[in-house]
Amino acid sequence: MTDHAIFPPRAGLVARGVDWVIRHPRMFTFLMILPIVLWLGIVYIGALIALLMQSFFSIDEFSGVVKHEFTLSTYAELLRPSNFDIIARTVVMAGSVTLASAVLAFPIAYFAARYARGKWKALFYIGVMLPLWSSYLVKVYAWKLVLAKEGILNWVFAKLHLTWALDGILSLPVIGGNSLSVSYLGTFIVFVYIWLPYMIIPVQASLERVPGPLLEAASDLGATPRQSFRMVLFPLALPGIVAGSIFTFSLTLGDYIIPQIIGSGRLFIGQAVYTQQGTAGNIPLAAAFTVVPIVLMGFYLWGARKMGAFDAL
Amino acid sequence: MTQAVSFRGVCRHFGIVRAVDGVDLDIADGEFFAMLGPSGSGKTTCLRLIAGFEQPTAGHIEIYGERAEGVPPYRRNVNTVFQNYALFPHMDVRDNVAFGLRVKGVGRAERNRAAEEALELVELAGYGDRRAGALSGGQRQRVALARALVNKPRVLLLDEPLGALDLKLREQMQEELRRLQRALGMTFVFVTHDQEEALSMADRVAVFAHGTIQQVGTPEEIYRRPASRFVADFVGSSNVLPAEFVGAGPAGCWASLRPEDIRLDPAGREARVTARAYHGRVVKLGLELDGQTLTALVSPAETLPEPGQTARIGWDAAKVHVMEPGA
Repeated sequence: MTDHAIFPPRAGLVARGVDWVIRHPRMFTFLMILPIVLWLGIVYIGALIALLMQSFFSIDEFSGVVKHEFTLSTYAELLRPSNFDIIARTVVMAGSVTLASAVLAFPIAYFAARYARGKWKALFYIGVMLPLWSSYLVKVYAWKLVLAKEGILNWVFAKLHLTWALDGILSLPVIGGNSLSVSYLGTFIVFVYIWLPYMIIPVQASLERVPGPLLEAASDLGATPRQSFRMVLFPLALPGIVAGSIFTFSLTLGDYIIPQIIGSGRLFIGQAVYTQQGTAGNIPLAAAFTVVPIVLMGFYLWGARKMGAFDAL
Repeated sequence: MTQAVSFRGVCRHFGIVRAVDGVDLDIADGEFFAMLGPSGSGKTTCLRLIAGFEQPTAGHIEIYGERAEGVPPYRRNVNTVFQNYALFPHMDVRDNVAFGLRVKGVGRAERNRAAEEALELVELAGYGDRRAGALSGGQRQRVALARALVNKPRVLLLDEPLGALDLKLREQMQEELRRLQRALGMTFVFVTHDQEEALSMADRVAVFAHGTIQQVGTPEEIYRRPASRFVADFVGSSNVLPAEFVGAGPAGCWASLRPEDIRLDPAGREARVTARAYHGRVVKLGLELDGQTLTALVSPAETLPEPGQTARIGWDAAKVHVMEPGA
């Protein structure tokens, strides 16, 4: 035991360095953010800028060589009906997937946040996260088997003598097809399945933060359960729903594997990028296609921020 | 006459936990009624039974003569001021106060006018546009009160409403609640673990322990004539002693002697001083008298013995309250 009130400085280069950094909080902050600034600034933003620049070039129709001259003609190509359809199709799909995910996720998240305790809560987390731990491709191919004409879903419908109902749905224009695995409906189902966890978790987090007495207060003041939901629970959960929708919406916008394996064969943005930069060799058009989700997400995030969605992340 | 609230053999069990266990209770119309007890004594559960957040597992509850079992909170003309206020964070003060009217379909102009009136009543006129989060604890408390009062409930329930406030603000709110209750003539049911608060504010007090009511009475009855050792100890930390020890009753009975009724008396019995603490208005003495531990509150003006010394103490025999056998 020493009888000094202040201990002498620590020895050793590392220890002295640490002590120095702790005495200089600005330096501490600088060192903390340096790696992420380097990563974001050079690797990520740099690559993005390179991509953006590509989109302002064009391709020579005859030789297939990229002309390194600034032009907006590649963007004009995006507006051609065949390309614009791809964008519209993808956006509508992303929107529907997001809406369906929100509707499905809410009751699950509500149960987990309000009622599940201990063992049930652990079960909830495992149930939600487990699909994320297995291979994405395996899950998608598994769904192809489930949805195929010879698949288990058809078999179940047949056993229940409900084949007529399935056929009725499949005969609907646009969303239908020969079987679920080659229809937009099938693509939609698989998208919802794959992205649902990304919606459940933020919604559950936001619901968890709604104090129980708030709902009691609403009820106490005369609000019926429906009014409590509309005026108190839903507005308070909205940031979580918006946060989840950022995932479901952007992930659907960018995905190129699910619509390739399960769907009608008509292209989505991700597939368009894939073909344009691969077989077609049209890097500028691929880049322009890539810019579309970025711009859409930019607007989406701007709107989401206004709704306070990032408080729930 | 119809009682505002009446409980008959009410139980609320959670599994093996008997939160409320056979409570009979009558609260009169226009009364300021306090439910007093330590945490876990069942007082809050009783309040929640009146509000409708809980349903009794046995027994009957009537509110103004109407059966309340199975009736959800939103069908009861009863409002609650919650412990942590439970203001809606996504609404401003006006919308918070007007919430009850909004769900009943009152038009915007009408409900805003009523909300402003209610805010005036709690001296928060002009605060309507603020966010609940931007208010101080005392102001939130008043908003919560206005939000309940605007509905003109038959019974107003207050769940430890002053617990989160500092001492000065609490005393101010106590007076104000009392003033409001008199002015409105409304039935107030007030839950607290603070015995001083209960005694100073309420017309009648029910003392709870272990899910049952120990005693119901006016503050003076509770304080002067505690019905059980628990009540004597919980309300005013009385010295609970065997009756024969204070020479005041049959063997086997217990007697209560208030600390402030013990005085230093040169002609009294000799006790050993074990502790002394200065409290400003009074000095608290820990005493040992013939193997019994006593607490006394004496005036600081007197020349006081040090711990370890002996002191002669006495009391007025009329101040000793002897409880019923077995209580």
